[in-house]
Amino acid sequence: MPQTIIEKIWDDHQITDLGDGTSLIYIDRIFLHERTGSVALKGLEASNRDVRDPEQAFCTMDHIVDTTPGRDDNTRMPGGTAFIQTTRKAALAAGINLFDLGDQRQGIAHVISPEQGIALPGVTLVCPDSHTGTLGGLGALAWGIGSTEAEHALATKTLVIKKPKTMRVTFNGELSTGVTAKDMILTLIGRHTAAGGIGYAIEFAGNAISKLSIEARLTLCNMTIEFGAWSGLVAPDEKTFEYVRGRPFAPAEDQWDQAVTYWQSLQTDPEASFDKEITIDCSEIVPQVSWGTSPMHEIGIDRHIPNPADEPNENIRTSMERALDYMGLEPGTPMDGVPIDAAFIGSCTNSRVSDLRAAAEILKGRKIADGVKAICVPGSGLVKKAAEEEGIDKIFTDAGFEWRESGCSMCFYAGGESFGLEERVISSTNRNFENRQGPRTRTHLASPTTVAASAIKGHITDVRNINISKTDQD
Amino acid sequence: MEKFTVLEGIAAPIMRINIDTDVIIPSREMKRVSKEGLSDGMFSNWRYTEPGGREENPDFILNQEPYRQASILLSSDNFGCGSSREHAVWAMAEWGIRAIITPGFGNIFYGNCVRNGILPVILDNKIVEKLAKQVESDPDNNLIKVNLKNCSVTGPDGNKYSFKIAPADQEMLLEGLDGIAITMRQDHEIMAFQERDKLKRPWIYI
Ligand code: SF4
Repeated sequence: MPQTIIEKIWDDHQITDLGDGTSLIYIDRIFLHERTGSVALKGLEASNRDVRDPEQAFCTMDHIVDTTPGRDDNTRMPGGTAFIQTTRKAALAAGINLFDLGDQRQGIAHVISPEQGIALPGVTLVCPDSHTGTLGGLGALAWGIGSTEAEHALATKTLVIKKPKTMRVTFNGELSTGVTAKDMILTLIGRHTAAGGIGYAIEFAGNAISKLSIEARLTLCNMTIEFGAWSGLVAPDEKTFEYVRGRPFAPAEDQWDQAVTYWQSLQTDPEASFDKEITIDCSEIVPQVSWGTSPMHEIGIDRHIPNPADEPNENIRTSMERALDYMGLEPGTPMDGVPIDAAFIGSCTNSRVSDLRAAAEILKGRKIADGVKAICVPGSGLVKKAAEEEGIDKIFTDAGFEWRESGCSMCFYAGGESFGLEERVISSTNRNFENRQGPRTRTHLASPTTVAASAIKGHITDVRNINISKTDQD
Repeated sequence: MEKFTVLEGIAAPIMRINIDTDVIIPSREMKRVSKEGLSDGMFSNWRYTEPGGREENPDFILNQEPYRQASILLSSDNFGCGSSREHAVWAMAEWGIRAIITPGFGNIFYGNCVRNGILPVILDNKIVEKLAKQVESDPDNNLIKVNLKNCSVTGPDGNKYSFKIAPADQEMLLEGLDGIAITMRQDHEIMAFQERDKLKRPWIYI
């Protein structure tokens, strides 16, 4: 029977069929971070259980650690030091791979997982973090779990899961200059809502996806959770193999050919059918910006802020009204031109070298507008190093950006640093929820190039009006 | 884990779509490496007058009688979306919520509920809205009954609605079982899988 890539990976990991669509699934890789992984490790300790295969489990410090230069275990987050130290102790005791502070490989879990060759095509990978789906960019079946499920995965190397429905989202056509993978995924969520993907595992397909670089595919898959989906992936291809080869935890050279042959089989069969299909024509996509407090509250940069009165569905209308009130915006205002107080480039969505490089192209030889606070946080120590070798840090700091140590930083607020009450931030992150970046902070999601361009102008702006020659497609 | 069989209780309607886990418990309220002591932080951005403060906002439903005694929440689509933080469920369980009825849940949140003795019930939006209206008219007396044995919800008017739940989830909740112990009954199958898989995908076994 013809199968989708999702079904192929599922079958290759099914240990037992538990009936009614539920299976005991083998988990290849488990990633933890100090925010939620700490509780999982402590829970295991408390119940006297061991990690089953510690060599195949990984842990990083990303959520709570400070990102200011010269940082140590002290953090601005209340109680944060205890999270860092408990995690370190428990990870060392359990014998799992730890990317600790001071280790150049440290960084955001979903950035270092591909970088280190931990996420691979066709693996099942879980992490107690909702953006784990990012790794689908390499063709991994990866999804976020809770801390109790993480304990289960660590202790048994398995999870009990209900088989997801399948969806194919096909992106056809050419991306215009200035349009990125971030704009593609925002468009999908804007058109099909933040609940449009609930219960589905998604394959992203189409000629526009084949043309995306691996880092852009990671960005695309990062926000499948914002679409409500369980997971999302891109089938591995030559670009994927080239990206993976030689990475520290990738298959060794003597296993390489066997691995590639296996990965090549992970393609959706031509006759296979999905439970749902969506097609998007990329030529219709312009740079996108969010205006509200859900990622589905987003529009093209050339549009006006929508009027809730035009929305027939009462639930959606109320949420729009509330969002506009929170964001301090009026219906009908042009998106292009909304003044900003701050700009943030970072997070597991957009903090890889290609993101920083693209933003640097905009910033080169320019200065950010007066009164704008701008921060760049590379996704990992190795991203930071690579960027510095290219002189990207210098471009950022010359333009007026702060250049930080790697971590999640101000992608979310946990009592530490924030942008401040009612400050308006244009941000390359993935969540514009109420209070996400600080109490009453107003977040506008956009691509790193739109963030850079807006920082220069001092208001949300159309990046296509600034010189730019590259897209995410190569 | 506390068993869940039948529950009859006061239901609080918070009818908004996309209530995310940052709203259920803001990150700054997760102060210790622990599953306990989180209920004070539940819905804190809505429940208190100031971010980080503890002065109650009288307009928020869970600060009003009799909803302070609610054991059931009614809400709209995509409840518990966003961050995977299980703290959202730990906080709600500690506060006293035992069942949540909505047209849809965030996936991770749904799994977290089942693992912590909270029953997530999916019903059609129209039914949830009807239940919410019925409850609001007299919350003290218009109780809702949830029965996990026969997978039904009974409204204050006696109308009965059935819902679906995966058998594994139902068993875990009914018996109050620990998932790891259940899976370890299949240890033999797990080892056999690994032996076979090692030949097919040796690079996985680092
Ligand atoms: S960068 Fe932001 S979204 Fe990504 S893992 Fe960290 S906190 Fe979560």
